[in-house]
Amino acid sequence: MIAEIGLAALWLAAALAALQLLAGALALKHGYVGGAERDFARLVRPAAITQALLAGISFVMLLWCFAITDLSVKLVVTNSHSMKPMLYKITGTWGNHEGSMLLWVAVMALSGGLIAWLERRLPIRTMQATLATQGFVALGFYAFLLLSSNPFERLPVPAAEGQGLNPLLQDIGLALHPPTLYIGYVGLSVAFSFALGALLTRQVTPEFARVMRPWVLGAWVFLTLGITAGSYWAYYELGWGGYWFWDPVENASLMPWLAATALLHSTSVLAARDALRTWTIMLGVVALSMSMLGTFLVRSGVLTSVHAFAVDPERGSFILILLALYIGGALAIFALRAHSISEGKRFAATSRESALVFNNVMLSAILGVVLLGTLYPLLTEAFDVRVSVGPPYFNPVSAIFAVPMFLVMAVGPLLRWKADRAARVQVPMIVVGIVIVGVLAFTAYLGDYSILAVLGLGLAAGLAIASFLPLRGRKLTRIPIATWGMVLAHFGVAVSLFGMASESAFTKERLAAMIPGESVAVADWQITLDGVDPIAGPNWTALEARLSASRAGGEAIAVTPQARTFWAPFQATSESALLTRWDGQLYAVLGDSAGVDQEGNQRWQVRIWWKPFVTFIWYGGLLISLGGALAIIGRLTKDLKRRRAVRRGDEKREEARELAAELEPETA
Amino acid sequence: MRFLLILLGALLPTALAAQDSMPPAPYAYKQLEDPALEAQATELMHTLRCLTCQSQTIADSDAPIAGDMRHQVRSRMAAGESPDQVREWLRTRYGDYVSYEPEVSATTWPLFIIPVIFLLVIGLVLWRRLRRTSSNESAGA
Repeated sequence: MIAEIGLAALWLAAALAALQLLAGALALKHGYVGGAERDFARLVRPAAITQALLAGISFVMLLWCFAITDLSVKLVVTNSHSMKPMLYKITGTWGNHEGSMLLWVAVMALSGGLIAWLERRLPIRTMQATLATQGFVALGFYAFLLLSSNPFERLPVPAAEGQGLNPLLQDIGLALHPPTLYIGYVGLSVAFSFALGALLTRQVTPEFARVMRPWVLGAWVFLTLGITAGSYWAYYELGWGGYWFWDPVENASLMPWLAATALLHSTSVLAARDALRTWTIMLGVVALSMSMLGTFLVRSGVLTSVHAFAVDPERGSFILILLALYIGGALAIFALRAHSISEGKRFAATSRESALVFNNVMLSAILGVVLLGTLYPLLTEAFDVRVSVGPPYFNPVSAIFAVPMFLVMAVGPLLRWKADRAARVQVPMIVVGIVIVGVLAFTAYLGDYSILAVLGLGLAAGLAIASFLPLRGRKLTRIPIATWGMVLAHFGVAVSLFGMASESAFTKERLAAMIPGESVAVADWQITLDGVDPIAGPNWTALEARLSASRAGGEAIAVTPQARTFWAPFQATSESALLTRWDGQLYAVLGDSAGVDQEGNQRWQVRIWWKPFVTFIWYGGLLISLGGALAIIGRLTKDLKRRRAVRRGDEKREEARELAAELEPETA
Repeated sequence: MRFLLILLGALLPTALAAQDSMPPAPYAYKQLEDPALEAQATELMHTLRCLTCQSQTIADSDAPIAGDMRHQVRSRMAAGESPDQVREWLRTRYGDYVSYEPEVSATTWPLFIIPVIFLLVIGLVLWRRLRRTSSNESAGA
């Protein structure tokens, strides 16, 4: 019954999305005049709110099915198991194709409902166009769910037991990773709806930018958190100490982030200066395209292999049609309408706008490189030519665009809007330049490191200082919250860059076959293997190594990496053990047994890394997200304050008029 | 003793599942003596694809084939081959697919041409923009 309620709610939500689209389109076509058209226009907001409610119910029903492990539902059988901990039963809801698509559409409907309920700043026609677009995007997802990936499908005969969830996914980090990314993707789809609504009704104004900005910022914060969490998960869970593999799945989340970063900055220019109108709309279209491409590529299985894509041709072609419809449709509307909005206010070559445009272009170029490197192997595979594109391609090629971007990022926030003189920012620029060159020279002197790592260290140092320069000469208590947000986010980029460069340049690796009692040295650590014991968890057994690590002759600290074996479904994973210090992480992994030595002692494979400042990569990610969150708070409070002031002004004028009206008869 | 048997029982499926009843090749999990040579080998291993894994390099994988390939890389480099020679040998054996470092060839040229086009377009746009604004300024002055 639960599954049926969920399915019914889903169908109803889809119907309401269609109504929302239709009513919005009709209202838009006939204008907001009165009579029958007016009734259509009135339907849009309630339709969006009810749709949110129904989609929410549908998702809760699926959660319920997973929570009670309803083994007559096909999705539960293939992705869950009655013996799993409750937490992973629930997170298993979105650890699969159908469930995650339902989550996507539920979050999307909820944010659509939220806009319909709360957003009152935009002209009513722009709102209708926005909600109609929202309904149109949602409709595609509903159709995809209902027609080719129904999450509520029942089995004719209930199964005796579920097949379990991939053990790699039974981890709190990964449990939260997909919803975080999805909220980001959905935020971008809302931004897209606003952009298209503004484009259709020719309302690309600073007011529109201010309404769209919190959504873009929110999407960006969630994407940043999602990518940071995903990267840390890959780092500790895969057991080889890598944190970014330029894997297509990772790229699929990076591309929307790049687009969102560019969109966020150009939205700020539009809000502050009424410039870059077409460019902002274009980026809104690109951001949605990238998040849809990301979701669909990951969920269709096309990334593992083009041939895996062909396994389910129905789903595959559905995805292709949807992608073509949305991206093609959005681009077509953009091409038809872009000429109707002017480019906006102009600005000089040396100005903050100019720096933002430069970095926007650089971000787009990096996005282009990642897109090319991700899709190209898929394209050639379709012609039976297999190519691998990996770090040796992505790192240097994206660095060509990233290095000038970081340099401009150091200067940009110091420049004034509209027009500025380079001479005004000369002193801080020389300081930053000296820091960069100094660090470059010092690292080059220290040892023979890769060019990219050295460049990264130099730029990180320069950027770290430059990110605080906008605060120079200002009263710290008077600085707006949003500016603090920018400073923190830019500093976070420097911190993250430093972590990556340091990890790449200074990591020490040690692989050893150890017998209990033996010890090895890694950097200034001394690690001793005390023993290896079998242990058991709720749904796994494991071998656990007892290592004691001491740094520079200090106190020994216990480190216990495990080699786990899950039985439902069967899979072996390695649980690395991490020892975090302020200046880096000790990373230990227990491998297989490595035979016996001459005296018959059992030997074990142990892999140990010392990764200086590796944690800064994720601290940086957190700082960036925090900066984004501060920017949202700052912008929203400022906006609310302004609106309150406007309202008070209106009220005062009203009072004055009433007063005048009261006085009038007396004078007459 | 019985405990060890249980342990063996627990480990056996692991071994069967991975199909590596053979012990891994000597250099799969053993580093080279010379740290400089090992650093070079590690760098090379980070650019080679593990053929049975999903988007992982042989430096990031527990798969048996990754271990064998690491062994090949280390032992060949110990015998005096350069990283490029080792990569070439793996390429002739497993095809271009094994290398994450695409070379300019008949099948991969767009990977290199397109970023160059990006650079040209960016250069052109910025140049035009700068020229226009500076001419605007001089016209205004």
